[in-house]
Amino acid sequence: MWNTIFPYLLSGISVGGQYALIAIGYTMVYGILRLINFAHGDVFMVAGIVMVYMAASGLPLWLCIVLDLAATAIIGFAIERIAYKPLRTAPRMSIMISAIGVSYTLQNLVLYITGGLNQIYPKIPWISDSITIGSATTKVVTVVTPILTILLVFALVMLINHTKVGMAMRAVSKDFETSQLMGININGVISTTFVIGSFLAGVGSTLYFTNYTTVIQTSGAMPGLKAFVAAVFGGIGSVPGAVVGAFIIGIAENIIKGLDIILFKAGLISKPMGLAIFSDAFTFALLIIILVVKPTGLFGEKSIDKV
Amino acid sequence: MKKKLDFPHIMTVVIIIAIYAAVFVAEQTIAPTSMLFTVLKKGATYALVAVSMNLLNGFTGIFSLGQAGFMLIGAYIFSIFTIPVEQRGIVYQYYNGGIIQFTLPVVIAMILAGLVAALFAFLIGLPVLRLKSDYLAIATLGFAEIVRTIFQWDKLGPITNGSNMLRLFPTFNDFNIRNAEGNVVVYLSTLVPMIIAGICIGIILLLINSTYGRALRAIKDDEIAAEAMGIHLASHKQIAFCVSSFFAGVGGAMLAMYQTTVQAKSFTTAMTYEILLIVVIGGLGSVTGSVLASFLFVACSEWWLRFLDQKQYISGHEIPLLRNGFRLVVFSFIIMIVVLFFRQGIMGTKELPDLFRKKKTAEGGAK
Repeated sequence: MWNTIFPYLLSGISVGGQYALIAIGYTMVYGILRLINFAHGDVFMVAGIVMVYMAASGLPLWLCIVLDLAATAIIGFAIERIAYKPLRTAPRMSIMISAIGVSYTLQNLVLYITGGLNQIYPKIPWISDSITIGSATTKVVTVVTPILTILLVFALVMLINHTKVGMAMRAVSKDFETSQLMGININGVISTTFVIGSFLAGVGSTLYFTNYTTVIQTSGAMPGLKAFVAAVFGGIGSVPGAVVGAFIIGIAENIIKGLDIILFKAGLISKPMGLAIFSDAFTFALLIIILVVKPTGLFGEKSIDKV
Repeated sequence: MKKKLDFPHIMTVVIIIAIYAAVFVAEQTIAPTSMLFTVLKKGATYALVAVSMNLLNGFTGIFSLGQAGFMLIGAYIFSIFTIPVEQRGIVYQYYNGGIIQFTLPVVIAMILAGLVAALFAFLIGLPVLRLKSDYLAIATLGFAEIVRTIFQWDKLGPITNGSNMLRLFPTFNDFNIRNAEGNVVVYLSTLVPMIIAGICIGIILLLINSTYGRALRAIKDDEIAAEAMGIHLASHKQIAFCVSSFFAGVGGAMLAMYQTTVQAKSFTTAMTYEILLIVVIGGLGSVTGSVLASFLFVACSEWWLRFLDQKQYISGHEIPLLRNGFRLVVFSFIIMIVVLFFRQGIMGTKELPDLFRKKKTAEGGAK
């Protein structure tokens, strides 16, 4: 029984870690701007595409990774400056529509550049190698992801709680206008948030695409949405919440992918039910349930709307 | 409220009648393969869906992203109930012809498509409509994804044909009147969809201009103030949501007829985004804008900007950048410019009759 579940659990933890890295970007941006950055999933996808093209240009792979992460951070910064900053005083719906527009633009740009063909992600030595743990054969990246994720999250939490920039971020997310009056450079803080979020999405994309090996213009949509669900599930605005939510969703999704086999081996069903198709739907069902039962998520703070 | 037949309204009626007459004449005279008709058919479909989305996002201020899900429901219900019984063996080849062995007339199937979509909207609206703007957006988006999955589930195959395509149901071309030999006598394949869309949009307009419509606008402007004025938020939002979904379902049925095939996997969130962008280009809160933007959008993407996708030469020199996909890039940039700098869209919140009013009254809210 355990031997059947273990491989799914393992890949669930791995995917969970990758979702976590994306979800942090959502949760931080939401915490500060109250904006669902619909383009975040596409930034993640663009990071993958940039990596493909850099590796093809013949640069050494370690340099590609570094440049890719830098490029992703710059893209995140640029998107904020071009598409969100001019709308700072506009109604919230406008800025959300702008985010959808950016998502549409990024997907179409990548479609144009790649010709809409699947791009093969470069093989990164060591983390692409296969290893066997217990009953499961998997790639090294599966094991590396959760460790790296936890290290990065730890560093981020340190940054938020113990540095001046972090203090400014916390202040801005509590009260936008008052922190401006206290002399905090709002635009600087927002840019920093986008840079950090995009950087982490870049790391996530390196790990994710090493696992799935191909990138296409729509690759970012699903992981992006799921990471957002994870952020909501954990309590939007809370970084540890997003990480916990992402791991729960990653694991649940992969268990459902294998549910037919698990139930069959356990003798509960006699023929496959085709339940694997529901792995995506489950995430969204979870979202609707959590929004109805506990809209603040697992770790979210209760916000009070004043008239 | 008594409708005054003043000059602007007369002009509006004249314009609409003229457009329909022009379409009818064009259809009898121009070859039916012309791009014009493709644009008009798809444009009419998108216009209906865009207006139904505008009812939520523009008039009621509910930011819903579930439109593709309701269209999917409509498209499936319509095609499931209209595939001729003798063809079901071919379409449902993996499911022994399916379990539904009767057909409904086209009009009834379209209404049923809308009703089922509205029923789903009612059920999902109960929990979801209590949410605030962006949570609501993501919940409705999630709902659309769930619907897409359920319709592809193998176990529902005898009804939905699983992940396989539904086809061989009536299409727009079946509206043409044929003589005994099967030759077309009167072409109606473009006019009828435009009339269907026109009637549906007319009904939505009636709703918008009723007391309900004014209550919806009040909700959009300020929920708390609206509630204080005695507007029951939950029921009004629920009505708007169901009506919008009803017409999205009908729009889905029209899309099925336009495409001649239906497959659940094509109703993605990208489709919802596209419709939302149409609504934004037209102007949130303007029915006329949504309709205009739909036809413009479809015309640009299917017809006028097609040349951007092919290599072009000017006196032997190849123009750089032009190749497959460039059209969409240009398109995206236009949309971003509209979103960032022309937030009012084409029409703002004005309607067609407002264009014939004197400037002063138009600025004063056109009341």
